[in-house]
This record gives sequence, C-alpha cells and structure tokens, in this order.
Amino acid sequence: MTALTGAVVPRKYLPVLVTAGLFLAMFIAGGTRYEGFFSAQVVLNVFIDNAFLLVVAVGMTFVILTGGIDLSVGSMVALATMVAAVLLNAGWPPVAVIVVVLLIGAGLGLGMGCMIHFFEIQPFIATLAGMFLARGLCYTIGTDSIPITDPTFTAAAQTQVPLGGELWISPSVLIAVAVVGIAAYVLHQTRFGRTVYATGGNEQSARLMGLPVARTKLGVYTISGFCSALGGLLLAFYMLSGYGLHAVGLELDAIAAVVIGGTLLTGGSGFLIGTVLGVLILGLIQTVISFQGTLSSWWTKIFVGLLLGAFILLQRVISGRKK
Amino acid sequence: MTSAAPILQLTGIGKQFPGVTALDDVDLRVLPGEVHALMGENGAGKSTLIKVLTGVHPADSGTILLDSREVTFGSPLDAQQAGISTVYQEVNLCPNLSVAENVLIGREPRRFGRIQWKAMRRRAAERLAELDLDLDVTAPLSQYSLAIQQMVAIARALEVKARVLVLDEPTSSLDTGEVEQLFRVMRTLKEQGVAILFVSHFLDQVYEIADRMTILRNGRREGDYPTGELSQVELIAKMIGRDLAELERLEERPPARTTGTLLQADGLGRTGGIEPFSLTIREGEVVGLAGLLGSGRTEVARLLFGADHATSGSVTLDGEPVSLRTPQIAMTHKIAFCPEDRKADGLIPDLTVRENVVLALQARRGWTRPIPREQQAQLVDRYIKALKISPANPEQLVRNLSGGNQQKVLLARWLILEPRLLILDEPTRGIDVGAKAEIQRLVAELSDGGMAVLFISAELEEVLRLSHKVGVLRDRRLIAELPNDDTLTTEVLMQTIASGGRS
Repeated sequence: MTALTGAVVPRKYLPVLVTAGLFLAMFIAGGTRYEGFFSAQVVLNVFIDNAFLLVVAVGMTFVILTGGIDLSVGSMVALATMVAAVLLNAGWPPVAVIVVVLLIGAGLGLGMGCMIHFFEIQPFIATLAGMFLARGLCYTIGTDSIPITDPTFTAAAQTQVPLGGELWISPSVLIAVAVVGIAAYVLHQTRFGRTVYATGGNEQSARLMGLPVARTKLGVYTISGFCSALGGLLLAFYMLSGYGLHAVGLELDAIAAVVIGGTLLTGGSGFLIGTVLGVLILGLIQTVISFQGTLSSWWTKIFVGLLLGAFILLQRVISGRKK
Repeated sequence: MTSAAPILQLTGIGKQFPGVTALDDVDLRVLPGEVHALMGENGAGKSTLIKVLTGVHPADSGTILLDSREVTFGSPLDAQQAGISTVYQEVNLCPNLSVAENVLIGREPRRFGRIQWKAMRRRAAERLAELDLDLDVTAPLSQYSLAIQQMVAIARALEVKARVLVLDEPTSSLDTGEVEQLFRVMRTLKEQGVAILFVSHFLDQVYEIADRMTILRNGRREGDYPTGELSQVELIAKMIGRDLAELERLEERPPARTTGTLLQADGLGRTGGIEPFSLTIREGEVVGLAGLLGSGRTEVARLLFGADHATSGSVTLDGEPVSLRTPQIAMTHKIAFCPEDRKADGLIPDLTVRENVVLALQARRGWTRPIPREQQAQLVDRYIKALKISPANPEQLVRNLSGGNQQKVLLARWLILEPRLLILDEPTRGIDVGAKAEIQRLVAELSDGGMAVLFISAELEEVLRLSHKVGVLRDRRLIAELPNDDTLTTEVLMQTIASGGRS
C-alpha cells in the first residue's frame, strides 16, 4: 500500500491531502447534522472570523519552515491593536497609523531575528522574551480596552463585499487572501522562499552550499513580525478596540494551524495551503460547537488538542517511513 | 605540467583551535589540470586545511594565492564565487529539496526575480547527464542513495565552473562501479584544466587517480611527491611517521588462547532483522563477522547487546540462561557495544573526553552514586595513555578530536567497564592507517587478556588478521562459521559470501 500511495501522490503532499480530507469530512458531517450548516456562507464566516489568525499563521509558516518558532505573535497582535487605538484617538490619519504599526511589527521581528541569528539564542527563548516584552508594552500604554471610532476603521469593520447571491466577505478576508497569495508566490517562486526551505532542511548544509542563511533567518522573523502587526490591524477592524488582553494564546492557535496544515515542526517541509486549511479547520470546530449550542467552548480546545496529537503522530509516521 | 604556474598556492597556513594546533606552517601547491591528493592520518589537519581553503574557518596565519592573486574567503560563498568548489564527505545538501534545486539553488535561472522552474529542471538534468546520471530531477533528494547524492553534490560543484574542485573523501560511501564513474568524471574535468584536490583514505584509489600528493602529519606538511615516486609503504610510513618494521609486525596474527565458553546464542533471531542463528563465543576469542553492508552484521551485534528485542531463540552466558532485553541488562552481564556510527549513537561532542569516557560506568553505577572526580581523573588518564588518545587532555571537548581519536574515546568508555564481551561494530571505518593499526593491536591485546571480542568490519583482511573464528553473513542470515586456520583467505571468504555458504 505504501508503494501504491507513493506512486499516486508524492509523499510530500500527503499531510496536506489528509488535512483537506479532514476539512471536507467535517464540513459534510456538520451539514448532515445541523440545519443551515451546509451553506457557502458558513465557510465564508470562518474566513471572516479568522482572517487575522490566517495572516498571523502565514508569518508563522515562514518561521516554522526554517525550523524555528515564534511565540511572540499573540502579544504582537495585542500591541498592534493597542498602538493603533491610541494613535487613532490622538488624531493620527489612519494611513499613517497603519504604516507605523506595520513598521513596529517588522522592527520587533527583525530584532528577535538578530538575537536568534547573531547571538545564537534558541528561537523559543528569544521569541518568549519578545512575547513578554510586547505584552508588557501593551500595559504601559493602557490597562483598559480603548475603543476605536475612526471612520476608516469602522468602515473596514462594517463593509460587506458582495460575492454574488447572498454571499459576502469582509475587506479583511480580501487582505488575508492577498497575503496568502503573495506568501505562496514568495515561498515557491523566489530564491528567498527556496532558501527558507533549504535552511529548514539542513541549516549547516545550506550555509556550506553558499546560501544566505543569515539574511533568510532575519527575513522570516521580520515577516512573522510584520504579519502579526497586520493581523493585529485586522483584529482591530474586527473588534474596533485596542486591548492588552486581545489575542491571549493566539501564538498557540497559529502554531496549531500550521502543524495541522501538515508543516513539519522541524522545518523544511510544508505548504502554505496547508496552513490555510489548518486555520479553516480550527474555525470550523468553533462553528460546529456553536451550532451544537449545548457544548461549552472548552470543547474547542479539546478537539484542537486531539487533532494536534493526531497530526503530530501522522507526521511521525510519514517522516519515519522515509528512513 | 610541472612547469605550469600553480593555480592554487597556500603558504605558511597556521590554525589554532582551543588547546590544539591544527595546522602549523602548511604549504600546498596545486597545478591546473592535476589531481592532487591530500594525504594524512585522521587529525593530521586535512579537514582543517580544506575548511580554511574553502572559507569555513579563517586561517590564523599564512596566505592563499589563487591564480597568483592573494585571496581571503569569509564564507563558503566567497570561495565558490572565486572558483573553489567543495564536495564534503558527509553530503551537504538539503534532502527535503528536489534534485534540481540541490544542483542549482542560489543560482537558479530567474526572470524578474521569479524562478524559471522549467529552465532550472532542464539545466540540472544537463549537468547530471554530464556525469552519466539520469535522475528524476523533480524528486526530493532524500529518495536517492548516498552515492547518488554525492554525485548530485559534484554536479552542483561543477555548475559554478569551478577552477579548483575539492573532493573531501568523496568515495567513502560509493561502491566500486560508482567510484569508477566518479574517476571518469574526474579525468574529464582534468582534461578541461580543472585542478582537483582529492582526499581519500583508500590508498589504491589515490594511486589510481592522483598525479601528485601532499602529505600532512600532526598539522605539518611532510612533503609533496609525484604519485609514481612514492611506494604505498613509503607513503604510509610518512603519514604515520613510524618505522616500516613496526607496520609489518602488525601483520602477525595473535595466537588463539581460548578457554571456556562465554556466551552461546541458540536460534537467536529477530523478524525483519536477522534470521535465527546460533553462535558460540569463548573467553579470549575474537569472533569476526564478515559480510556485505546490510547483510545483518550490525543486527547480530544489536541482538547480543539487547539494543533490539529477539523474537526467537535464547542466550546462555557461562551456561546460565539470560534474557538480554535491554542494553542495561547486557551491561550488567559485562557486555559492551561500540556502535558503528560513533557520532549518532555514541559520543556526545560537546562533553569533554573525561565526561564521555566515564558515561557508561556512571550509568552502570546509577546516577545517585557519582564517581569521585579524583577516581574519574585516574581512570581516564590511564586509558588516554593506554590508547594513545591525542591530545592527551582529559578536559578537551570531544568535538575537537579527530575521527580516530574519537573512536578511541568511545573504546575507552567501554573498556573501563572491564567487559567480558566487547562488541566492536566497524571500529576502524573512516580512520587512518595509524589509528587503525593501534585499534587492531588493542583488540589483539584485549583478547590475549581473556576478553572475548565480536569484531565487525567490512574489510576482510582486517577480520582475517584479528579473528580466531569468522562468521559469514549474507542476506540477513549467518551462512557459515569458519575457523581461522591457514587455509582461510579473503578469497575463501568472498567465495563463501558469493555462494551463500552452499559450497
């Protein structure tokens, strides 16, 4: 059977296909069980509710593909909402606010990348420091939730982009999809993207092959910081507030989405489409639980935990077969 | 050819590592269109010299002239761009990427920053075709054997239009046919004027392909010679700096002085690992295991050490039945196992020699009863002397030692347990003639002292020289057990393997 599946689909696509199959199965199961579940808008709502997570998970995918990890993304999202809210209330023009927030995100990401690369600090530790730093910065700005009343942000929150029929999405979804598209292009069609994979496959070899490993590692943490900041802006569109307690634990959701999407935590293997499916599965679990109505929201965590366990085992089996 | 100006000239290269002088005033001249062999024992400084040359380590002193211009390389990329390409012993490619990417990554054909995948696959296939390789360039590299990966690494090196190609032990994982293929490629490159710096432990290969050789010993240059003017024996003598007489003494076989039965395996086997076999090992006996790679040699060793579970059969030790379920149990029965892959299964490179040596003893005592530092120092000191581990510094990190000396550290770890059965899996692979001779002598001494040794080696000469009895394996079966008398030769062994033990 191994030979058979190996011949039909290359093994590297297997995790993504399993994820896609799981998503379809969940959608069909939900559709047969719950009234009104079986509509395209349910899927679109998953996108609308999780656009910010999708963007953050894209950044996380870059980092994990190099074999690293970024624990700071949740705090960075909160910091982005906070900075945006404060600057808007101070009367800054929205465009300037967006630029500043994105620069802060990319800058902090670059800083962590420098710690990791030049001082050879474990990514786990360096980004853990970044996580505390960003969360702490939120509270120095303010301990309360700061509402956002800026017309541009409110418009972004309330606009419905019609897709024909009764279907619609929010502008945030468009941004998230654009980010996914650009990131997929970068990963598969550019030298930088391929160096990301090479670094994750074998960093030592990549260096001896003359590839710019240093620039690549700095690059992925900068991208992750940038994506967190952008995710924070999307969350600010969605919540219309800045708050230091936004997105607590989001980093773990992002990592879970990437892993469920079939990307190896050890780096070098995975696809962005997997990450998209991972985010959709996490969102769909929440949807199922809200349709069920009688289950407490903790069941989300239980399902995510079970899924993660299953996928890590699956990865183990697949990479074990290689040997 | 000798009149040509050298393409590469290294002068007075010096390199210090913490506590070790790796290179001391080394010169090297490589002419265009020659295959130049770099010879020396492990730890003589070959690898360090190559790393200095290719920009991995900066040199502490000395100059590098490429085409009569002084160059300094800050990174492997600098060296590559200057025209020095390197293929390392361990394949340094990315197994997760496709073959085509491994050949071309960093130099992909691009248009407006976008990789031209089609052109890339075509170019990679062309490069590989030059090496007579027809691979699916879209398949991940990990699907191919080490030998193929090695050739892909060479294809990558050629892609840069290298003027100097450095091959660091490229043949250690290749079979005869593949070596021939590599040599064909090397000759073609030579005709094109590429200078090749070739490092190998296989003397026959060096004599077949190299025009000249530079010999290193203890980080110094011993001299350079045209290959034809130096016999193999003279070469070895220069590499290890010892008398020829001493080398020849090693050829004597140790006398068999065996006594009672130590270990008896009856129908021991493991499904999917090795067919059931029976084997008797007596005290003071060296039992050699011969067979091709993958014939089940290592599996036999792992079963006897409890590293794998037997699915059938039984083992008796001193006539008492024992169940060797785990390595810990085997260790309490005084069985020791030096694994084949010293890096992956044995040594911890970031610990010191002392810490590595006492590891197994400490594990057997249990972690709650630490060995006093004083006692550790004495033990380690004794074995550093006995095994001639160099540098003789117990606080040196193992990663700074050469391959041969790392192997000795691993041996020392098991010897301080004073085992009754010592299992050595390929103890001499990838180490040089001098260290090899020392390890062989040590095995002979140990067996004279009453220790039983199970000796696994791919080199039949070595197995014959040391063993009192040879077990022959083929296709995961123990097909014959031959006493090592005067009639047993490598030819007989090879025929036994070839005929499957039916003759």
